[in-house]
Amino acid sequence: MFERILIANRGEIACRVIDTARAMGVDTVAVYSEADRGARHVAMADRAVHIGGAAPSESYLRGDAIVAAALETGAQAIHPGYGFLSENPDFVEAVEAAGLVFIGPSAAAIRKMGLKDAAKALMEEAGVPVVPGYHGADQDPGLLQVEAAKIGYPVLIKAVAGGGGKGMRVVEVEADFAEALASARAEARGAFGNDAVLIEKFVTRPRHIEVQVFGDGTSAVHLFERDCSLQRRHQKVIEEAPAPGMTPEMRAAMGEAAVRAAEAIGYKGAGTVEFIVDGSGGLSPDGFFFMEMNTRLQVEHPVTEAVTGIDLVAWQLRVAAGEGLPLAQDAIPLEGHAFEARLYAEDVPKGFLPATGRLDHLVFGAGARADTGVRAGDAISPHYDPMIAKLVTHGPTRDIALARLAQALDETQVAGTVTNLAFLGALARHGDFAAGKVDTGLIGRDLAALVAAPAPGPAIWAEAALCAAGLDGPAAAHQGFTLWQPLSQRVVLMRDGSDPVVVSLSPEGPDQVGVTTPEGDIRAERRAGRWHFGETPAAGAVRHGDRVTVFAGFGQSFAIVDPLARAASAHSADVIDAPMPGRVARVLVGPGDSVAAGDRLAVLEAMKMEHALKAGRDGVVAEVLVAEGDQVEAGAALLRLAPDEEAAA
Amino acid sequence: MKLVSQVLTGSEEFRANRAAHLEALAEIEAAAALAAAGGGERARKRHLDRGKMLPRDRVAGLLDPGSPFLEVGATAAHGLYDGAAPAAGAIAGIGRVAGQECMVLANDATVKGGTYYPMTVKKHLRAQEIAEENHLPCIYLVDSGGANLPNQDEVFPDRDHFGRIFYNQARMSAKNIPQVAVVMGSCTAGGAYVPAMSDVTIIVKDQGTIFLAGPPLVKAATGEVVTAEDLGGGDVHTRLSGVADYLAEDDHHALALARRAVESFNRAKPATVQWQTPEEPAYDPGEILGVVPADLRTPYDIREVIARLVDGSRFDEFKPRFGDTLVTGFAHVKGCPVGLVANNGVLFSEAAQKGAHFVELCSQRRIPLVFLQNITGFMVGRRYENEGIARHGAKMVTAVATTSVPKITMLVGGSFGAGNYGMAGRAYGPRFLWTWPNSRISVMGGAQAAGVLATVKRAAMEKAGENWSDADEAAFKRPTVEMFERQSHPLYASARLWDDGVIDPRKSRDVLALSLSAALCAPIEETRFGVFRM
Repeated sequence: MFERILIANRGEIACRVIDTARAMGVDTVAVYSEADRGARHVAMADRAVHIGGAAPSESYLRGDAIVAAALETGAQAIHPGYGFLSENPDFVEAVEAAGLVFIGPSAAAIRKMGLKDAAKALMEEAGVPVVPGYHGADQDPGLLQVEAAKIGYPVLIKAVAGGGGKGMRVVEVEADFAEALASARAEARGAFGNDAVLIEKFVTRPRHIEVQVFGDGTSAVHLFERDCSLQRRHQKVIEEAPAPGMTPEMRAAMGEAAVRAAEAIGYKGAGTVEFIVDGSGGLSPDGFFFMEMNTRLQVEHPVTEAVTGIDLVAWQLRVAAGEGLPLAQDAIPLEGHAFEARLYAEDVPKGFLPATGRLDHLVFGAGARADTGVRAGDAISPHYDPMIAKLVTHGPTRDIALARLAQALDETQVAGTVTNLAFLGALARHGDFAAGKVDTGLIGRDLAALVAAPAPGPAIWAEAALCAAGLDGPAAAHQGFTLWQPLSQRVVLMRDGSDPVVVSLSPEGPDQVGVTTPEGDIRAERRAGRWHFGETPAAGAVRHGDRVTVFAGFGQSFAIVDPLARAASAHSADVIDAPMPGRVARVLVGPGDSVAAGDRLAVLEAMKMEHALKAGRDGVVAEVLVAEGDQVEAGAALLRLAPDEEAAA
Repeated sequence: MKLVSQVLTGSEEFRANRAAHLEALAEIEAAAALAAAGGGERARKRHLDRGKMLPRDRVAGLLDPGSPFLEVGATAAHGLYDGAAPAAGAIAGIGRVAGQECMVLANDATVKGGTYYPMTVKKHLRAQEIAEENHLPCIYLVDSGGANLPNQDEVFPDRDHFGRIFYNQARMSAKNIPQVAVVMGSCTAGGAYVPAMSDVTIIVKDQGTIFLAGPPLVKAATGEVVTAEDLGGGDVHTRLSGVADYLAEDDHHALALARRAVESFNRAKPATVQWQTPEEPAYDPGEILGVVPADLRTPYDIREVIARLVDGSRFDEFKPRFGDTLVTGFAHVKGCPVGLVANNGVLFSEAAQKGAHFVELCSQRRIPLVFLQNITGFMVGRRYENEGIARHGAKMVTAVATTSVPKITMLVGGSFGAGNYGMAGRAYGPRFLWTWPNSRISVMGGAQAAGVLATVKRAAMEKAGENWSDADEAAFKRPTVEMFERQSHPLYASARLWDDGVIDPRKSRDVLALSLSAALCAPIEETRFGVFRM
């Protein structure tokens, strides 16, 4: 076994590898970029080496710096994790040339699987079923169209060098082919510098089922399948093992095909063979087609670990160190069911835009394995994938494992950034998903319902206000004391994109507060040390700066409006002022436009929220005094309406 | 030593006491509710329609979230001026602003435009007195038309009339007791000096006005026609005159600015007493209502009350075997050490000597004193006069009058005659004086007073050879008895600000603790006693 390895990665996967390495008594060396100086993986490793700037091209993609770091620290092997250099054969060669071990397959194996059309041809030869298609080098548009017609519509156009959905188009009818081809090529050229495409039969109601394989360079075993059908725009969201509806015959057929694929390229280490499965009429052994092979450890490998009890990273280290396969095929167990949900910092209502922010508060639901690269207080930076964690649950049955996932998501608390937690929670409770009726189109079909943000009820408003006022913690001396009538104190809160809302608190002693919310009145009462809102126990809330997050309904976030964040207006009533400091996000009107009272004139982005500035009266815009993107102070004049008489004239 | 209660909380007597006290309490509660409603529904609606916050909401908005509010004079002017001035048209009390205990005084413009009745002046001055004695910053939420003109003779000319308000502001400012004014409405005539005399003044745009004479008076005096806003609005005063320092957008903004002003005070509470970790009493303070007899004449052990007021019900009684009609000893109230002086019957010479001794002890150790008053007076009669009870009483009165430690007095029963003096009645400058609904205060009992008058009259009649029937005597006595009954009622007393308010006895512990906390905002000076008549 190695004495010391270097992990050429960051985030949760670096932490994951360090965990196993430490458990095996292997010293670990982390590498880090400028942005990751204080990152969790750096803190966890025995040593850490700074390898460059925040941009991946300046650090995690710099093979030379990583090899140098390994040599300098006396590491004997390099674990690439996933992403970055994990499937870069040149890097593998550089590692080996330096006399180090690459924990993964050979450069040759990676190359064979790297170009998708060549990989398919190879697989076809090895007797692995592939989707009917055209993988030829001749990229003449006319020829491609003829080939598409031969395959039969609908077809899928895919970039040969592609991935992540880029350069991919579904064409339903022949009339659309030419245009789709042109745009797919343009995108592929931009993304990969290679506009060659392949054409495949488009499988309707497709499912994405992949098989975990493990090879020692000669022979291989499989560790059963994972179903990754819950995808949004080809991004996996929730994965599970085994696949719902899987039959022993199908599993055997897929497993054998995957092992053949791995053995065909002399695969060493952990890999994944992805298949597209026709889910339109149940699973059948002749309904799966090879898609591609990922020559690395997958993000979703923990679900396989959960159902097999096998530590795949431990296997990677053992095989890389020269051991044979730790278990024979028939000795690999398959027990129960497992799910993995990927928790991301992303703005779901804004189309799943990656988000950034400081994780002011971070608690993962108990009962789930949480693979994470961040801690409370860490920042989600714009430089890397905004993943916060993978939550993995296991249970004796699919129902129990899924219920545990839903529970773990319920109990997960994140403040400081928006997340896809509510979306994951909605998925975990989705009827078809719960019934095992999964396909890659499920999320797209029900997206509106899955991303609908429920409006907070009185209990959540009350908890947010109590937290904002600092009354949720241990009672201060004489909290809420009055001789006779309680005093009514107001807290002004704002949800994203909404108007400020007043919540009134009337403390009646330390443990009782009457609360008036826009959704109705409710009593807050502390019983046995825990606040209850009506009969609802407190979900938990945290305040950081001017934001409150209530951990109900997967986290509801509110901005606390500071009554001081406004300046006495020095301007006439015709001038629209910035009510608080912020950035002008949008200007919605121009000079000469007629506006009615209540019309939105501009949008100011402040306190991480958008505030619409509305016309106080009917009139005509005389002047726009700012441009989009301007940073303005509170009280700054933004627009001017023509004086009433001017408008009348 | 932990007190052990002898009271049976399940007894019929307990229930009857409780019922009687609850009835008395209900009367006070109704009076407090009336006071809190200010000038009534219509005036409140008009006030709100102008975009102004109600005065009580202004106070709430100024205070820290969840801050306690120890209101002073909550039922001032109750029953006075034909009920025209609920709460005397102002709210006063102590609350925390930016973590600091402050005296807040808010005019209630829904009550006759916030004008100053005689009792308004008295309440304002009492609030300032509390602030000055306890070094509490003052925040005035001003919305007042100035002196109530029909009552000008009782609010303007005398020493403790309107002018004293500004005198106090200047004197307190000189002692670094900050003075902040928030002008949220009118601030006319003499009232204009509240903001002008403040260290920091905030004024609400298009709402607050400050002028010595309003537009009508200006027109009458000089013929000049001017709007209130141009004469003394927020814009004028923050831009041209410099009478105010900050211009606020509205009431909420103004209160936030006032809170920010407090943040810059740079003051800290002085180190005074050794605090302990607070502890609840072993007996529920809620039981006080059943423990104290409904009838003032029924004797009971005051230790039953003490057991329900002090931390852990622990009471280190001082001199328990001497002068036992006065109970003295050490305890803690919510962590604050106190010396308790409590009546347990008529004051005899020994009790008075013990009281003087104990007050000396607390003064030496700088321990705040808490007086629980339930006193019919000093013992009378030849034996007592001859042994010099007046001399011994004088010792106690001297000690109480000259000690520098904070005194908090609570009337838990009767407060009659010279007993009131020895037990730190209003005249003896306790920092706070609170009363219970069952308490009664008068120079002597009504029956005794009527008896004295009747004895004098009978002597005169008999001297003149006239005859006085028992029926005539009873008829003669009745009005005196009735007058004493009416005037000794706690609401009558509180209406006239003889005290700082009637409280719910179950809240006594909180009220004591808050009073002590406020009192300890001022350093405890060294005591210099007067000559004790030995």
